[in-house]
Amino acid sequence: MAERTFKIWRGNKDGGEFVEYKVDVGPGWVVLDCIHRIQMQHSTDLACRWNCKAGKCGSCSMEINGKPRLGCMTRMNSLPEGTITVQPLKTFPVIKDLVTDVSWNFEQNKRIAPFKPRPRDADGHHRMKQEDVDRVQEFRKCIECFLCQDVCHVLRDHKAHDKFVGPRFMIRLASLEMHPLDTDDRVEKIRKEFGSGWCNITRCCTEVCPEHIGITDNGIIPLKERVVDRFYDPVAWFLGKVFGKK
Amino acid sequence: MSTSSTAIGGHQDTFAATLRSDRWWLGPTLTAAGLIAFFGYLTIRVFYAQYVWADPYMSPVVSPPLFTPAAGYKGAVPVNHAWLGAFPAWWPSFLPKSPGFFFPVLAIMFRATCYYYRKAYYRAFAASPPACGVRGVPLKYRGETALLIFQNLHRYALYGALFLLVFLWWDGLAAFFKNGRFGIGVGTILLLMNAFLLSCYTFGCHSWRHLIGGKLDCFSCDAQSRTRLGVWKKSTWFNVRHMQFAWLSLGWVALTDFYISMVSMGYIKDLNTW
Ligand code: SF4
Ligand code: SF4
Ligand code: FES
Ligand code: FES
Repeated sequence: MAERTFKIWRGNKDGGEFVEYKVDVGPGWVVLDCIHRIQMQHSTDLACRWNCKAGKCGSCSMEINGKPRLGCMTRMNSLPEGTITVQPLKTFPVIKDLVTDVSWNFEQNKRIAPFKPRPRDADGHHRMKQEDVDRVQEFRKCIECFLCQDVCHVLRDHKAHDKFVGPRFMIRLASLEMHPLDTDDRVEKIRKEFGSGWCNITRCCTEVCPEHIGITDNGIIPLKERVVDRFYDPVAWFLGKVFGKK
Repeated sequence: MSTSSTAIGGHQDTFAATLRSDRWWLGPTLTAAGLIAFFGYLTIRVFYAQYVWADPYMSPVVSPPLFTPAAGYKGAVPVNHAWLGAFPAWWPSFLPKSPGFFFPVLAIMFRATCYYYRKAYYRAFAASPPACGVRGVPLKYRGETALLIFQNLHRYALYGALFLLVFLWWDGLAAFFKNGRFGIGVGTILLLMNAFLLSCYTFGCHSWRHLIGGKLDCFSCDAQSRTRLGVWKKSTWFNVRHMQFAWLSLGWVALTDFYISMVSMGYIKDLNTW
């Protein structure tokens, strides 16, 4: 067992500080194991959200050595020597220690109009081919850890929560907009209400996503291109005026 | 147990503030250095415009040439290779007579509005953000909604780039013939590779990927959509490697031009079959 030093931020919305802890790390341990050990040995009131310990529930999002990551998927032996800092997410308000209030995200989800499928086929079935939903299924892997929301500088640094819905919800919009059965026209809202233009495609969301979803390349950029079709392509606009369609 | 007082969550809000312990500054620094080096070199070559021709090789920096200087420029493209011949008399005297001022500008526009290069220079030059989890410049931010709204015209730059690509392939093929005689030289290979790498870069373009298939919601609905699905999938292969092809093709343009200039100046003897 090797001893490692942690600096964990302790506090609430009114303030706090980094507190140092020493932990004997066992083989194969992840950061979340160390936090549990600290709770057991040093500080039973250290608050941390977790659930599955398998990278699937999206609860244990935190910032480890300054990077948004899942505590349960960050192996101790992958971290460099020296003190390990652990902080709560920056983009959302702190409740206590490592726990933040991510409810803003659920509010954004409610703003998105639900799936609106075309009428069923004559035999009462909805039909679509696998190749038509491959793209959409990539986005369905999202575990709602909100690491992408946390790292996105539009929200993190510029606090433009009222302008931009964030990468997680851009891919939710993409999963509906590209869906072969969905009939809702979402392009105008994607630009005006959900703020596609606020993303400057610097790809940090894609870098941190634990599900390796191509958030920028497969989600946001294709949506930006659909917005261009509708709003910025003079040729498409002219053809639309002349022929009455997009 | 030791303590220190900090901001909420331990997050500072000053420029470049981060608790990242890795070398996060290395990426943006290398990107900035690469962009300055390659675009700097190519810009100088566009303005300098000498030694851009070494029969039968034409530098991609000036191709395709609309006009060419008729006299006074060493290693200039021969007049009969320029679309409209020699530079007209009205050409302002303070500007060098460079064929690079015309069609090759399309390539600059294409790269400048490319989704990959945007990421590269927003990070490396605008520090918006410099790296993930690192506080960017604390200036007012409007993303691509205000001043940068023109980035939405990238697909027009793509049309220009596709046009250019035809002529760069032509240059590669024309480099098999010197004074009407078939042959091959190192320059031929460099020019063909140049066209090839630029094709790999162009066909991975996000706008291309959207226009040829990505814009469809249903790939299986009719025969035409199925064909487009196939092209879209191929484009996706290039798209995943877009950054790599962006740098490779950029470097190759510079290398090809450098080689041709060296041959043109007589510093290198072109190995060939003629
Ligand atoms: S690519 Fe766009 S959505 Fe993703 S982190 Fe960057 S600005 Fe935010
Ligand atoms: S897209 Fe990825 S990073 Fe964002 S919430 Fe979903 S799983 Fe997490
Ligand atoms: S505890 Fe479920 S993702 Fe980490
Ligand atoms: S050339 Fe890079 S996205 Fe179009």
